[in-house]
Amino acid sequence: MLDYGKTLLSIRDLSVRFATYQGLARVLEKVCLDIKSGEILGLVGETGCGKSVLARSVLRIIPSPPGKIAAGTISYQGEDLLQISETRMRQVRGNRISMIFQEPMSSLNPVFSVGNQMREVIRLHQQVSKKEATRIALDMLRQVQMPDPAAVLGKFPHELSGGMRQRVMIAMELSCGPDLLLADEPTTALDVTVQGQVLAILRRLAGEKGVSVLFITHDMGVVAQICDRVAVMYAGQMVEVAEVKELFSAPAHPYTRGLISAIPGAEGEKGAEHLYSIPGVVPGLIDPPEGCRYHPRCEKKRAVCTEQTPVMVKLHADHDVACHCCGPSREEGRP
Amino acid sequence: MNRGSPVIEVRDLIKNFAVSSGFFGRPGTFLRAVDRVSLLIRRGETLGLVGESGSGKSTVGNCILRLLQPDGGQIFFRGRDLAAMNRRELQTIRGRVQVVFQDPLSSLDPRMTIKRIVGYPLTVSKQVRGAEVEDRVLAMLREVGLGKDHLHRYPHEFSGGQRQRIGMARALITEPECIMLDEPTSALDVSVQAQILNLIHDLQKRHGYAYLFITHDLAVVRHISHRIAVMYLGLIVESASKDTLFENPCHPYTRALMASAPRPDPFNRQDLAVLPGDPPSPVHIPPGCRFHPRCSSVMDVCRLEAPPRVRIAADHEVACHLYPST
Repeated sequence: MLDYGKTLLSIRDLSVRFATYQGLARVLEKVCLDIKSGEILGLVGETGCGKSVLARSVLRIIPSPPGKIAAGTISYQGEDLLQISETRMRQVRGNRISMIFQEPMSSLNPVFSVGNQMREVIRLHQQVSKKEATRIALDMLRQVQMPDPAAVLGKFPHELSGGMRQRVMIAMELSCGPDLLLADEPTTALDVTVQGQVLAILRRLAGEKGVSVLFITHDMGVVAQICDRVAVMYAGQMVEVAEVKELFSAPAHPYTRGLISAIPGAEGEKGAEHLYSIPGVVPGLIDPPEGCRYHPRCEKKRAVCTEQTPVMVKLHADHDVACHCCGPSREEGRP
Repeated sequence: MNRGSPVIEVRDLIKNFAVSSGFFGRPGTFLRAVDRVSLLIRRGETLGLVGESGSGKSTVGNCILRLLQPDGGQIFFRGRDLAAMNRRELQTIRGRVQVVFQDPLSSLDPRMTIKRIVGYPLTVSKQVRGAEVEDRVLAMLREVGLGKDHLHRYPHEFSGGQRQRIGMARALITEPECIMLDEPTSALDVSVQAQILNLIHDLQKRHGYAYLFITHDLAVVRHISHRIAVMYLGLIVESASKDTLFENPCHPYTRALMASAPRPDPFNRQDLAVLPGDPPSPVHIPPGCRFHPRCSSVMDVCRLEAPPRVRIAADHEVACHLYPST
């Protein structure tokens, strides 16, 4: 029985390093994150902040070498996913935790039909006959509102549109009844009207099946529309985790505030002439700034920010932030 | 400064692409990517061209630049027809109508320094020579927020936002009057996007450029444009001033587009699946109104006849049978 709100997956002090020609990149630095049962947790941040690496680390599919999980634990149902054997991990992948990627064309095999690939996935994880697998596949395609599912089973990926391919991926990943779906920018490559359809399907199915979703995106609009909680990353560090309404109405971390203020249209219906923009650029991860990695761009920087890495502290019930300048004693309001 | 005078006027532009060539090069099947599109871009003004992938919005831009040869219609630059010009005549115009592309890395030569990239249009058009090129390049880099120490670096040494600044500098160095911005911020993160949008805005204020801003992002187009044209399957279905369009969207497609764009407001959850189906392929354009298979207010006439463009207000045109011409 599903226990809503209970922690399903718990990431603690996860550090990931990538060996590059320029040096060792500290891609994730002591990242902590809890994913609760039945929630859609948004993971946002700019390109290169480590959000995809975080998701891939959970499934242990970061390319190694050059990547290496240097430290940390990922506990899932009493097990540390970073310690279990590869055989055990393969039982977790797909069965318990599955993943959909941004570009469905590169996740589908171009030379096999959709039906063939879906049946393979289903039979790999469940002891069923081919006929039964076809039935499950059809049922799943119906659940993702695929028009004419029987015909789609006989088609090849290139015969489908982008939105249909992504629906096939969702159907495939949910066919084995996972507890957790890692969705890495699943709608970024889609047109806005099709994105709307796919998001609606994802939101409905996650609710019906009680699947937790880690939804990676850089689109704050998408986050606001489908997520229950949001985690914000910056340059390999987790900076803020909050309930979605709380995050948009009272963002605490200066980076989160900047991110929200920079959205075109967020400044009101009429709009100001200038958008708010965060000064400077995202730092490199080989030699990131000491202390808080955001300090070179931060308006509220203090001496302590350049020396000590801030730790996550609880602002209140569902709002954590890692910042020296906006701890629990904060009184100031929005920017 | 005569703000508001037409810089580019497009009339009934048509562009076809061959889908398959026929037997021994005989004409085969064609798709009509752009179908009788008319636009007007005025000095100091931004025209936003919005549409989903495959709607033909970039093709319109490329035809105006004559990177593609139009198959019909006229394109006037300051009253002279670009579509009918030969190579030599075009060369005199090219510097005055410039372009910035979406992906700054693939549109900058990785083996050229920034100085050469930005100065190249000047060298090609033989406007300036020698040391003056460097002066002009430097002045231009300063204009877009870069500096002297960037002159001798290569594109890979820059971040996405900086590369887009370089692309802007290259487009602006020939002192153009009109600039096509083809999804200039789509590859950028939101905080960097804000910087570039501000830059685009400031440059227009300073120099009075006419922009054709091509994008699929309604929030961006709303922020930057003065007037907006919405394309669907090669056709402009609605055009209006920004405020009119957002306050009173008339075409069902425009409405659906606005309703399905996720707004950064968690307090008002939208019904995101407002429009069923996928955009049809331009090879098989539905008869009648192109939008009718996905339209929620479809009528019998929509399946048979293509709706004419109707002017429903001073600066508001729509092509839909819901708004019959009187």
